[in-house]
Amino acid sequence: MTTTRRDFLTAATAAAGAAMTGDFSHANAQGHDHEHQAVPSDLTLRVKALESLLVEKGLVDRAALDALIDTYEHKIGPRNGARVVARAWVDPAYKQRLLTDSNAAIAELGYGGQQGEHMVVVENSPKVHNLVVCTLCSCYPWSVLGLPPVWYKSAPYRSRSVIDPRGVLREFGLELPEDVEVRVWDSTAELRYLVLPERPAGTEKMSEEELAALVTRDAMVGVAKVSLSQAGGPA
Amino acid sequence: MNGVHDMGGMHGMGPIQHEKNEPVFHASWEGRVFALDVAIDSRDKWTGDAERHQIELISPAEYLRMRYYEKWLAALVELMVKSDLVTRAEIASGKAMDRSSKTSHVLTAAEVPAAIASGAPASRNVPAAPHFRAGQRVRARNMHPVGHTRLPRYVRGKLGTIERDHGVFVFPDTNAHFLGEKPQHVYSVRFAARQLWGEQAAPMDCVYVDLWDDYLESA
Repeated sequence: MTTTRRDFLTAATAAAGAAMTGDFSHANAQGHDHEHQAVPSDLTLRVKALESLLVEKGLVDRAALDALIDTYEHKIGPRNGARVVARAWVDPAYKQRLLTDSNAAIAELGYGGQQGEHMVVVENSPKVHNLVVCTLCSCYPWSVLGLPPVWYKSAPYRSRSVIDPRGVLREFGLELPEDVEVRVWDSTAELRYLVLPERPAGTEKMSEEELAALVTRDAMVGVAKVSLSQAGGPA
Repeated sequence: MNGVHDMGGMHGMGPIQHEKNEPVFHASWEGRVFALDVAIDSRDKWTGDAERHQIELISPAEYLRMRYYEKWLAALVELMVKSDLVTRAEIASGKAMDRSSKTSHVLTAAEVPAAIASGAPASRNVPAAPHFRAGQRVRARNMHPVGHTRLPRYVRGKLGTIERDHGVFVFPDTNAHFLGEKPQHVYSVRFAARQLWGEQAAPMDCVYVDLWDDYLESA
């Protein structure tokens, strides 16, 4: 009897698997080439169906899904990292702790946990520029930067950051002099990297809060510098 | 595996598309897939390494064509089927054939903040002798496992220097395949850009890669 049931499931599984592959191709034929808004409707429907199934089977709780989405849309994002950077700029002792025991220093501001369990902070200077990538997938320090943007997870960024970091930076509008050492951090293990950008000149009188408002996500990934005029600059 | 996911150093992928004021999710289905994945992961039916490997197993053409969370969705479905959480027939019909009575605890909204705050550390507090020390010259092994590995192709066979010992971590190559955690030291290894890419690279530049003991040999 067991065998019969298993055979039945195997057949059903193979059939559904084949159907699913076709489904994916269809979705992609419509959705290929960048228009994020033009979501293939069958993908939307398929996810809805999957969620209903998992709820019906008692495997997930819808309210928990809502809470997870809300957390990463509204609570955990680059403002966390910006506060860490601003604190390091105004407090030399904090900066020292941040560079030597990044986890503990970041935890002082209340951040940590998922995809930030093992943090390393690397410091930019007039002679060193740091750039973070994950060539194998999309590893990114969620606890301080939130979920990664599409470009960070994209093939162009992942493929070129290690072989042509200066070309990548140029594409982001950042031209580095030859005598600046570019350090690329390929975060393919469980360590997660945050770049501590240089504090821009002319900010000496600014408060920690004002400084934090200047710090962008891109600067903390290393594809931009922090400047006083962020208007028009990359997010 | 030498898959298309291992992209470091490839050409021809086009310009970087930087979107200003990018939303966290571009459509509601993306957020739902993200949340479903995190919620189901919390059941510990599989490891993060297994999930990464499942994404690597997507065929190359599909991998390059799919949207990011579409890949998560494909991997999630495969892992749920492999783990007997759902059947393909259920996925196809959208109807539960039996209510999961073997269900362990289901993540609730109230538990989300604590679950995120604790995360899932990959470090292990077990004794493991380091094979290398800071300052030592090493070579990344020239190996090509057909399963999961976090040793990028572009460093294999290349000479580098141990910059720092990060401590003991779970080994992805075994952990992804449910063959045990095999905890061992992970090091930050510095490779000169010219060692990796030749004369076309800027002389001062370098790439740091975090590598496990089993990926390295003395040089």
